[in-house]
Amino acid sequence: MKTIRKTQLAILLLSASGLYAQAAPAPLEQRIAHGEYLSRAGDCTACHTAVGGQPFAGGLKMTTPVGAIYSTNITPDKKQGIGEYSFTEFSDAVRKGIRKDGTHLYPAMPYPSFVKINEDDMQDLYLYFQHGVKPVAQANKDSDIPWPLNMRWPLAGWNLMFRHDGVFQPDTQQTTAWNRGAYLVQGLGHCGSCHTPRGIGFQEKALDQSEPEYLSGGTLEGWHAANLRGDKATGLGYWSEQQIAQFLKSGHTEKSAAFGSMTDVVQDSTQYLNAEDLQAIAVYLKSLQPMGDNAKEPVKDSATYQALANGKATQPGAQLYLDNCAACHRSDGMGYENTFPALTHNPVLLSKDPSSLISIVLKGSHMPITQTAPTGLTMPDFGWRLSDEDVAQLLSFVRTGWGNQAEPVSASQVKDIRAELPKPQGK
Amino acid sequence: MTTIKKDPVDVVIVGFGWTGAIMGMEMTDAGLSVVALERGEKRDTYPDFAYPRIADELTYGIRLKLFQETAKETVTVRHNPGDYAVPYRQFGSFLPGNGVGGAGVHWNGMHWRALPSDLKLHTTISERYGKAFIPEGMLLQDYPVDYADLEPFFDKFEKVCGTAGKSGNLRGQIIEGGNPFEGPRTSEYPTPPLKSLYSGTLFSKAAKELGYHPFAIPAANCSQPYTNPYGVQLGPCNYCGYCERFGCFMYSKGSPQSTILPVLTQRKNFELRTNSMVIKVNLDSSGKKATGVTYIDIQGREIEQPANMVILSAYQLHNVRLLLLSGIGQPYNPQTGEGMVGRNYAYQMNSGISLFFDKDTHFNPFIGAGAAGAVIDDFNSDNFDHTDLGFIGGAYISAVRTGGRPIQQMTLPADTPTWGAGWKQGIKDNYLHSMSIGSEGSVMPYKECYLDLDPNYKDAFGQPLLRMTFDWKPNEVKMTQHITSKMQGIATAMNPKQMKVSVMDMNSHYDVRPYQSTHTTGGAIMGDSPSNSVVNKYLQSWDVPNVFVQGASAFPQNMAYNPTGLVGALAYWSAHAIRTQYLANPGPLVQA
Repeated sequence: MKTIRKTQLAILLLSASGLYAQAAPAPLEQRIAHGEYLSRAGDCTACHTAVGGQPFAGGLKMTTPVGAIYSTNITPDKKQGIGEYSFTEFSDAVRKGIRKDGTHLYPAMPYPSFVKINEDDMQDLYLYFQHGVKPVAQANKDSDIPWPLNMRWPLAGWNLMFRHDGVFQPDTQQTTAWNRGAYLVQGLGHCGSCHTPRGIGFQEKALDQSEPEYLSGGTLEGWHAANLRGDKATGLGYWSEQQIAQFLKSGHTEKSAAFGSMTDVVQDSTQYLNAEDLQAIAVYLKSLQPMGDNAKEPVKDSATYQALANGKATQPGAQLYLDNCAACHRSDGMGYENTFPALTHNPVLLSKDPSSLISIVLKGSHMPITQTAPTGLTMPDFGWRLSDEDVAQLLSFVRTGWGNQAEPVSASQVKDIRAELPKPQGK
Repeated sequence: MTTIKKDPVDVVIVGFGWTGAIMGMEMTDAGLSVVALERGEKRDTYPDFAYPRIADELTYGIRLKLFQETAKETVTVRHNPGDYAVPYRQFGSFLPGNGVGGAGVHWNGMHWRALPSDLKLHTTISERYGKAFIPEGMLLQDYPVDYADLEPFFDKFEKVCGTAGKSGNLRGQIIEGGNPFEGPRTSEYPTPPLKSLYSGTLFSKAAKELGYHPFAIPAANCSQPYTNPYGVQLGPCNYCGYCERFGCFMYSKGSPQSTILPVLTQRKNFELRTNSMVIKVNLDSSGKKATGVTYIDIQGREIEQPANMVILSAYQLHNVRLLLLSGIGQPYNPQTGEGMVGRNYAYQMNSGISLFFDKDTHFNPFIGAGAAGAVIDDFNSDNFDHTDLGFIGGAYISAVRTGGRPIQQMTLPADTPTWGAGWKQGIKDNYLHSMSIGSEGSVMPYKECYLDLDPNYKDAFGQPLLRMTFDWKPNEVKMTQHITSKMQGIATAMNPKQMKVSVMDMNSHYDVRPYQSTHTTGGAIMGDSPSNSVVNKYLQSWDVPNVFVQGASAFPQNMAYNPTGLVGALAYWSAHAIRTQYLANPGPLVQA
């Protein structure tokens, strides 16, 4: 936490106290600290801090189908950052996607989710970004989107169609924990950005539990963000609340681990949430009904293990599995507790969309590096070693072995994802 | 050359292997600002040891990718003080590590505690056999610490590594199946022993029948998933057979990377600078206080790093060389016996037997691990009566299967052709059906076995190379012959169809070409007085008290056991003294 000069403090307290005429205001340091906590919950740093860059100084490149855009400087620098933003201007940017100059933000900024942040939390976030963050005089970068696509006024139309204003409204039928979880998941956590499928306008198809598509899994940049609903095969049906909370805190459970961009989410965001908030998120997620994707649940089956253990690698993909995967994931597909994830009965392997599986085999991935699990256990990349056909066979084997009953993977699916990779490394 | 001067720090660590990582952890725990300087490159489990690239015997086993570069720096070697030493240009006998993790990356993971008698060998021998038992010219001496002093730190280091094993002496209670000769342990090993391989099973059976006490070698390879006291997760060993000369891709073998660095490198008061070759420790005008170190960075710039405390934690040979280059302490003079720096250099005396069985006996040698096997300690240290034997010391005898690699691990009977169709047939006939037994023995220190600066050869930076003067002595040859005869007894009881014995005799000289062990010791030994040592019981320099010298350079003589367990324990012991005594009152921790 950055230090604030005494005089600034006094002025701030005066201006802030007007908003809270009824209740005694929390001390400013506490509110700034709370703002920092909320910024973690919102994972602002994920987009607004570039790799190796100053915190919140922007400049992170994000590719879109029409060209790259760059995240902006949200430090309190008066010229380059948001130092001159009033509270209302800040709130409009975060919750409505409208900048101080009136232009529209691209909806890469998850304002359709952030609109649900309540007033008190917005105030604390504002205090944090004005007074808890170090100003950095780093200029913003224009997008690479060519004219006329770079015109932002059509975004007003997008907003009209897809942005639903109004802060989160608690459901009085539900518990406090459920409401807190819903508030965090739908709002600051903007889990739907990845985990809800997107529609024709690249909008999230649903923004809360009222629709079955909400958090039913989405695919972005070669990774399929898992279904977080109650489906037993592909969702969190078999996960306990405690496992969900542990996953968000440490980045892994006994049998599974975060990977892909969820690694950063756990590292930068969820590991910092307190136990109550993690529990609340778990309660809310566990309340989501199955979307009913008809995916077949895994069955008990020892044939795969028996074959591998007896050296019978006749099934397509079995030999590839033994040569590349079995050292860690073992011939029974169970992996090792808390260390190397299980491949049997693991929902992320069973989704209809195998993008994540293909990506993790081609690119590798590491587990989140967190305070409770600092190791960052890494699965190496195999893209340099395995052909599209190899990966397809291997993943088809994994998706149908040990009682798993997911659909096979085709070489063309692998080819499509490989096309997005940087040039293969030399052997 | 202009020197760039860096901002001062509390502690500078020279060399970032096991002891550097341990000291980094302990000193940052104490709230100090720490800079670690490592001459080699940055390395981590991923990508540097990633499967399957790491399982490449040619790159790592033969071309020695993880080791020191002889073109930049090596050591010169000679047998006797009168000889002309020549540089060790192609590594064979021992393999000094390089880069982050040091030798902690490529070791076999044999994780021993010293025996109580190892630490008090002079006293043990004198009391049991009389002082006259010690031959003229042997500079045998006690450690200034005993087993009870070090027990908590042996324990701590095992818990950091998740070491696999079974107690033989738990709080004084002798336990069947463990090592009955070990000192009393306060706790069981963190993970159960590695699985017994078939070679070890046959060895144990034969050893037991002969009345010996076989047990599973303590291995710094976790046998199951493990989280160490720092919160770092280790994986279970999968017996891939690529420990020695390789990094571990399974997060299983204890190394700085797999046990400490995930936490240490995140700390704000810690900085690691790689490709930084320290060339000397700087002293103030009194010569009694270190002011920091000077190093050469990757661009060839000379950089001074001021520090309040200097911790030498490089490889044993390099620690000694830095002391000599920096003028800390008086160089050892073999004629007068004066001077301590470089004195008591010692090594390891080994022998081996290859056993060839018929085709019904399958060893599947590709299943292995650096410390997977069975061992007996009946002939180690002073665990047996030496009265009529005429030597001091001993060895452990083990059947370890480190792997079945195609280039270096194809043992063949003596009469097999060395190339062509006959050789191929020999491989076919024997690869799956052979095993070996080995002995690893102690080496005592001698007046004329020592380290000093070479007058003729210099390194890439123009500084004199270290010179090693060393040859085998009758005591060690007698020891290894005795041990090997016992080993032959076990081998015979295993009833192979053929055997091949390799053992030194009185005509043998130290040969740097075949690999023997990287357990070089001494040169900056620990003792109870400046008249018999370079550092005190806390590894603090007698001459410059803000310099601490870690590692096997502190061993007064070499025990049979692999050194890393003792090296790690001594580092934690030294760190404990720094944290509880030195920081409050910097100065000598032991009065000379």
